Amino acid sequence: MANNKTIHEPLLHIVKRDNISIAKKISIYAIAILVSLLLGGIICSIVSPRGNVGKFFTSLYEGCFGTKRKTWLFFQEFSLLLAVSMALIVSFKMKFWNLGANGQILMGGLASIACSYYLGGKINESLLIVLCVLSSMLAGAIWAVIPAICKALWNTNETLFTLMLNYIASGLVNLFIAIWVTGGSGILNPLAYGKLPEIYNKYLLIVLFGIIITIIITIYLRYTKHGYEISVVGDSPNTARYIGINVKKVIIRTLILSGIICGIVGLLLTSGMSNNISADKAGNRGFTAIMTTWLANCNPLFAIATCGLVVFITKGMEMVRPTFGMLDDTISNLVIGIVYFFIIACAFFVQYKIVFNAKTTAILNKIATPFIWVYDKIKLGVLFIIEKIKPIFNKIVKKENTEKEDK
Amino acid sequence: MNNSVALELKNITKTFGKVVANKNVNLTLNKGEILSILGENGSGKTTLMNMISGIYYPDEGQIFIGGEEVIISSPQDAFKYKIGMIHQHFKLVDVFTAAENIVLGVNDKFNLKEVNSRVEEIASKYGFEIDAKKYVYNMAVSEKQTVEIIKVLYRGADILILDEPTAVLTPQETQKLFDVLRKMREDGKSIIIITHKLNEVMEISDRVSILRKGEYVATVDTKDTNEKELTEMMVGKKIDLKIERTETDFDKPLLEIRNLSINGDDGSRKIEDVSFYIRGGEILGVAGIAGCGQKELCEAIAGLRKIENGAICHKGESIVGLPAKEIIDKGISMSFIPEDRLGMGLAPNFSITDNMMLKTYNDNKGPFVDRKTARKNAENLIKKLEIVTPSTETPVRRLSGGNVQKVLVGREIESSPNVIVTAYPVRGLDINSSYAIYNILNDQKANGTGILFIGEDLDVMLALCDKIMVLCHGKNMGIVHAKKTTKEELGLMMTGSLDLAEVKNKEYGKAKDSHLTEKEWNEQQAENENKGGNDNG
Repeated sequence: MANNKTIHEPLLHIVKRDNISIAKKISIYAIAILVSLLLGGIICSIVSPRGNVGKFFTSLYEGCFGTKRKTWLFFQEFSLLLAVSMALIVSFKMKFWNLGANGQILMGGLASIACSYYLGGKINESLLIVLCVLSSMLAGAIWAVIPAICKALWNTNETLFTLMLNYIASGLVNLFIAIWVTGGSGILNPLAYGKLPEIYNKYLLIVLFGIIITIIITIYLRYTKHGYEISVVGDSPNTARYIGINVKKVIIRTLILSGIICGIVGLLLTSGMSNNISADKAGNRGFTAIMTTWLANCNPLFAIATCGLVVFITKGMEMVRPTFGMLDDTISNLVIGIVYFFIIACAFFVQYKIVFNAKTTAILNKIATPFIWVYDKIKLGVLFIIEKIKPIFNKIVKKENTEKEDK
Repeated sequence: MNNSVALELKNITKTFGKVVANKNVNLTLNKGEILSILGENGSGKTTLMNMISGIYYPDEGQIFIGGEEVIISSPQDAFKYKIGMIHQHFKLVDVFTAAENIVLGVNDKFNLKEVNSRVEEIASKYGFEIDAKKYVYNMAVSEKQTVEIIKVLYRGADILILDEPTAVLTPQETQKLFDVLRKMREDGKSIIIITHKLNEVMEISDRVSILRKGEYVATVDTKDTNEKELTEMMVGKKIDLKIERTETDFDKPLLEIRNLSINGDDGSRKIEDVSFYIRGGEILGVAGIAGCGQKELCEAIAGLRKIENGAICHKGESIVGLPAKEIIDKGISMSFIPEDRLGMGLAPNFSITDNMMLKTYNDNKGPFVDRKTARKNAENLIKKLEIVTPSTETPVRRLSGGNVQKVLVGREIESSPNVIVTAYPVRGLDINSSYAIYNILNDQKANGTGILFIGEDLDVMLALCDKIMVLCHGKNMGIVHAKKTTKEELGLMMTGSLDLAEVKNKEYGKAKDSHLTEKEWNEQQAENENKGGNDNG
């Protein structure tokens, strides 16, 4: 070749993956979560002299499953978040971005507490509970259906609309608290009437609700005509229109369902727990669920995994904080943020892969060689140990068996 | 190194995941020549061109320009090496003038007056007709294309790549474009042109390079070859290029449309006072430049768009104002293939099975969908139309264009319609798949179905259709027998230069053996007008 000019080949370029196997996808996510947790552990150990990485992981676990009560609390929170995720999945699947779950939860709770406040003691208690349930469903549905109707009739933007309704809902809750609480404390004392009955203990009802609603929504989306219509509207509104689906009806109907689920969550958070209400009762579950739904790709079964993970980290960090002697939640929020960031960044590696040019690949290989060597040795070592253990293990098993036979 | 070579590609390979778009492609482009690139859909033509123009980066292989190896990793690089690409879909800012669009992205200081004069200079040099001060939103498609070409010339491009430039042009406009291209060739520019149309390849190019399934097949001199040979190289086997016109006995009019007027989304008149009818066993072609009311016409027939005036009758019954579902139930099937090829009639993320039941999911009782039957139907369709797919559960967006369209057209025909309205059913399809679709339509025609075929390629319409209606700005310019007309006549009618309705002083599109009498038609129209009035009130 006659040219002496050096050619600057780009260092790397990004190539879209065609199809990725589920095993690979899961392992990418698993690695990301582990690495992010490890990083979180290292940060915590650096910040606090009291802990180390090992302690970080044990506290994470203990925070979720350390005691019987903590385990129940874990599953309670898990179920609540899962239920809100289900509400969002039905509307997200239709590409209706319902960001107003928080408000719908609050309105459900407010309606139920209002029933208890005004009717408590005046009517039969079981009738009151029925009324609480119905009114919370109705309130949640109304709060969701308002933006749906506007979207269906005038094609308004639902993201902004649903988002703003959150603030109106918390404003309404504050207004009613101001009306009900006369002392000026701004805190509503638990009401005496209209508390939901307990099943076995005070957590099981909520857990059951989460399980049942997940099963229902999974079946609803996958096997029913309604679910099919939702998918068509979400995937191609033009096609939906053309095959004779009443798109407006589907939008309104689906958001009613979404609102009802949120309304019931509101009922469980108020009448199902402390039987009072405050503006932060929804605990941002409406927003957290947006993330879990999105990460689960609107698939109800994947949502179980994402919700579980999110609850695990939040609950776990609540335990890490006192163990590591952290006074405020800055560091724990940081760790939660790192984990979220890693999970979200994973989406890139699931969809694309990075291809280095020949020179870089060679350098990377050189760098990787010692690591690969170490990896190989470890692998050999593990295999060797397994080989050694096997006969011993077999002997023990045999011994046990012979002992049993002897007996 | 030969000095007459403008561009050379050596062993270019590009993969997208498992799909190999280009494999070891070699290509040379001489200075001052027009090179055609020919290949079926998915043969990697556009991918290859995108690598030359810096949109993609090749996985392997080298690119030489004027004998020197170069790295083109961005469109700026391509611009630096004087390569300009004119894309299939224009990338212009509507509210800017031609001149403003042309200087957009040029980072030097400029004076709009000078730009105007330079644009006009370039235009007169190569024989373009352009008004540099005209706004793009006021432009016809061919004018927009001119702007795109001048844009790359203004930046001093020596190598021009045109991706299917003739797809949107009438025969007359195509001729004009070719004249311009020839002038550029004389000026020493090198041109690569991608096209599906063999007659154009024969007409314009000096050499032809053929790609098949991402692999380079051969380059031949145009004067030493013929259409048949090119097709064989392209498809890899012998193929009969003749489209058959099934002869049938025509029945009574199935679908009759009288004095129909429709407005577009923006409220402007898209179809004005159009009358036509389709008999059973007849294919009526609709020719016209893109955007002259074809989409609105389809939507009106399918019940998706309100009509302003006139009447639509199916077997003598008015279908105006009926919901879409009822029109489908009457056996009127509409399949419109939009530019993205997935928009209407299919749900791209759905599996073939789920797409099969789009129209029938509500027919069984109970709250659940019946996927079993749909899966069986999907399996049958895959077998019958030789659809290439990994399984019935593959999302249709993963299929190639031809197979997607087979799914759509196939499903429409499964519902055994008596009227098929189909717009651009072979849009972007390669020869093999196109013929598969033509055969499906001919089979339906033999069964006595009436077909409204809205098409782009006049050669195909002349061969396939029985009659052709020509639309220009939403007006019916006349309905001609395909056997008795020529491409030139159709071209003139499409641009509005020839209005047969006016010349012959004849009212087209009113069947003598109509289901309804004149009086009944008038009543229908009056009724529809009242309906429209009520809707508005």
